[in-house]
Amino acid sequence: MDYEAQIKKNQFRTDEYKINMGPQHPATHGVLRLNLTIDGEIIKRVEPDLGYIHRGIEKMCEYDSYPQIIHLTDRMDYLSSHNNNEAVALAIEKALEIEVSDRVKYIRTIVGELTRMASHQLWWAVTGMDLGALTSYFYGFRDRELINDIFEETCGARLTMNYSVPGGIRYDIHENFVQRVKDFIVHLRSKLPEYDQLLTGNVIFEKRMKGVGVLSKEDAISYGVSGPVARASGVASDIRKIKPYSAFALKDIDFKEPLYTEGDAYSRYKVRIDEMWESMNIIEQLIDNIPEGNIKEPTKAVIKLPKGEFYQRVETARGELGVYINSDGKKNPYRVKFRSPGFSNLSALDHMAVGSKLGDLVAMMATLDLVVPDIDR
Amino acid sequence: MIIASTNNFFTEIISFFSDGLGWGFGGEILGYTAIAVIYLIFFAVAGLYLVLMERKVAAWIQLRIGPNRVGPWGLLQTIGDAIKLVTKELTGTIKADKFLYNLAPYFPIVAALISISVFAFGESFQVFDINIGIFFLTAVSSIGVIGILLGGWASNNKFALIGAMRSGVQVISYELSVGLSLLTMVLLTGSLQLSEIIEVQRTGGWLIYQGHIPAIIAFMIYMISGTAETNRAPFDLIEAESELGAGYHTEYSGMKFAYFFLAEFINMFIIAAIAVTVFFGGWLAPFDLFDNVWFLQPVWFILKVGMIIVLMMFFRWTYPRLRIDQVLTLEWKYLLPLNLMNIVLMAIMVWAGFTLPWPF
Repeated sequence: MDYEAQIKKNQFRTDEYKINMGPQHPATHGVLRLNLTIDGEIIKRVEPDLGYIHRGIEKMCEYDSYPQIIHLTDRMDYLSSHNNNEAVALAIEKALEIEVSDRVKYIRTIVGELTRMASHQLWWAVTGMDLGALTSYFYGFRDRELINDIFEETCGARLTMNYSVPGGIRYDIHENFVQRVKDFIVHLRSKLPEYDQLLTGNVIFEKRMKGVGVLSKEDAISYGVSGPVARASGVASDIRKIKPYSAFALKDIDFKEPLYTEGDAYSRYKVRIDEMWESMNIIEQLIDNIPEGNIKEPTKAVIKLPKGEFYQRVETARGELGVYINSDGKKNPYRVKFRSPGFSNLSALDHMAVGSKLGDLVAMMATLDLVVPDIDR
Repeated sequence: MIIASTNNFFTEIISFFSDGLGWGFGGEILGYTAIAVIYLIFFAVAGLYLVLMERKVAAWIQLRIGPNRVGPWGLLQTIGDAIKLVTKELTGTIKADKFLYNLAPYFPIVAALISISVFAFGESFQVFDINIGIFFLTAVSSIGVIGILLGGWASNNKFALIGAMRSGVQVISYELSVGLSLLTMVLLTGSLQLSEIIEVQRTGGWLIYQGHIPAIIAFMIYMISGTAETNRAPFDLIEAESELGAGYHTEYSGMKFAYFFLAEFINMFIIAAIAVTVFFGGWLAPFDLFDNVWFLQPVWFILKVGMIIVLMMFFRWTYPRLRIDQVLTLEWKYLLPLNLMNIVLMAIMVWAGFTLPWPF
C-alpha cells in the first residue's frame, strides 16, 4: 500500500470518533492503553499502545548474573511468577547440563500448578467483575488466598516467589506443605462448582460470552496465540504435553488438555475452569510420592554459561513462555529474550474486536487474561 | 384544597398552623412547608440508609462484613460519607457547558422528590391523593433521565456521552414496559388513584392474589423494567464501571455527584413503593394483622418496600451486566409483546370474572 492510501486508511470518517481506553481504565487491569476507533458503540479499530510499564527487563538481564535474572522474571507475569522462575532456571540448567534431583522436579511442578490455579482464580474473579458481577471477585480471592498462604509458609513470599534457583529450589518445602496442599484441593473441589453456579450457567453471562471475540483455529495459529486462548480455538499447544519438562518429563502424569473448537470468549472461559480441575488432578498424582533427594545441586559461586544459544519453553497460566539466552561465556548473558504469552495474545485483540460492541471488548480482554507487565516487560 | 381526607395526619399539621395558632393563610403556607421539610428529611435519611443497606447486603452476599467502623455496626458510615460529599470541593471541566453541567444534577433529585409526594404510607399518611396517581408517578419519575442526558452531554467527555446515550435509549424503552405492566393492574382495579387501588385490596385481597397469573407476569415484567428504570445492575450500562469508568457522572464531584447518587437510591424506593402499592396491598397488614391499626400502617408499608428493595439488591450483586443490544432486544422483542398479551389476558379475565376472591 502506498503512502497516500495508508493515510487514507488511517483517517477516520466523520461519524467515527476515537477514545482512549487506558492507560488508567478499570478493564485494562494495569497501564495498557487501547486507542479505540468507535462508531457509536461499534468498534472499528483497536490499536494497543504499549510502553507504559516498560522497565527494560531484557536489557537489565544483560548486566546481571544468572541467578539475579530470576529475580527480574518474577516481575514480568507476576501471577505466574513461579513458572517464569522455573523457565529461566531450566534454561540455565540445560546450558550447564545439571540434572536436578527428582524431588526438585516434583516440587517445582506442584508449585507451578498451584501458581496456575491461583492465577486462574484471580482471572475468574476479575472476569466476573469486568462483566459487572462483582460477587465473583470475593469468591475467587477467598480461595486464592489459601494458595498464597501455602507459598508464604514454604518460601516466605506470596506473589513474587523467587523459589527456583539454578540447580534446584531455594528452600525445602515446609513440613505442613503436603497436608495443606491436600486440604486445599479438598476445599477447591467443593468450591469450584460454586463458581459454576455463580457465573457459568447464568443466562446473562452466557449471552455476554458466547459468540463473542471469535478466533478461528487458523487465525489462532497465525497470530501465535498460546495457552488457554489457543486451546479454546482448538489448537493443542500445551508445552507440558508437547515438550515435557520437570515432573512431566519424569513421570507419565495423566491429565487432559481441554480443547474447544468455538474459539469464543465462552470457550476460553471454559478452558480455564477445566484447567483448574486438571491442575488438581496433576497435584494429586504427585503430592503423595514426593521422593527424597537434594533440593539444590551444587553450582559454582559465579555461574558462567558456555558459549551458545539456549532456549527453554514452559507453560505458564497464560500460555507459552519462551526464554532465550545467548551467552558469550561471561558471567552475564550477551542477550536475553522472553517470548511472553501475553504479547502474542494481545495482538489478536484487534482481529477479534472489530465490529463488536464496546461491552464485548471488555469480555474479550477479560478472557485473554492480560497481565500488562507481561506484555511490556 | 389538595388534601381531601378529613382525619389526615398532614391535614392536621396544616390546620394546626392555620386554625390552631390562628395564622390563617400564612399558617397554611407554613404547614405545607413543614410537610415538605418532613418529606425531605425522611427521604434524605432513607436514601442514606439505603446506601448503607446496599453495602451490608452486598457484604452479606460477598462473604464480607461491610462497614463496621463508624458508629455501632457502621450505622453512621453513610452519614459520614454525606458530610464528606457536602464539604468536598466542586471540581469540573473547563470545556464543559457550564450552565447545563450545573443544571443537570437537579433533574434526577427533583423528579424523585416530586414523585414521592403521592405515595400512601398509611390511611392517614398521604399528602397528595390525586385521581391520576399511577399516571403521575410514571410521568414524573421519567423526568430524571433528562438530567442524566444533560450531564453526560454537557460534561464534554466521551465516556460520559456514551453512558448518557445508553441511558436515554434504555430508560425510554423500559418506560413502556413499566407503564404497560401497571396498566394491566389498573384494568383490575378500575382506578388510577392510589388510595382506591388500596381500597380494592382491603376487601378483595392483594392484587397479586386477585389477579393471579396475569398479575404475577405483570409483577415480573414490572420488576425487570423497574430495575432497568433505576439504572441498576444488571442494567447498569449507564455507569458500567469496567467499560466507561463512571459513565455519565464521570466529571461530577462532591454534592453534584451526590445528587445523582441519592436520586438512584430514592428511585429504587419509588419503584419498590409502586410495586408494593399496586401488587402487595400498600399499607395493608398481611392477613389483617392487628386490624390494620393506623400507626402500624407506615411500618407495614416500609417493611414491604424494604423486602422489594432487598430483592433488587440481590439482582445487583448476583447478575452480570447485559450488553446494550441485549438490553434493547429484551425489551422490544420479549417484554413488550408479552406485556401486550398479558393486558389482553387480564382484560378477558376481568370481563369473565375469573379473579380470585378473598378469603378463598
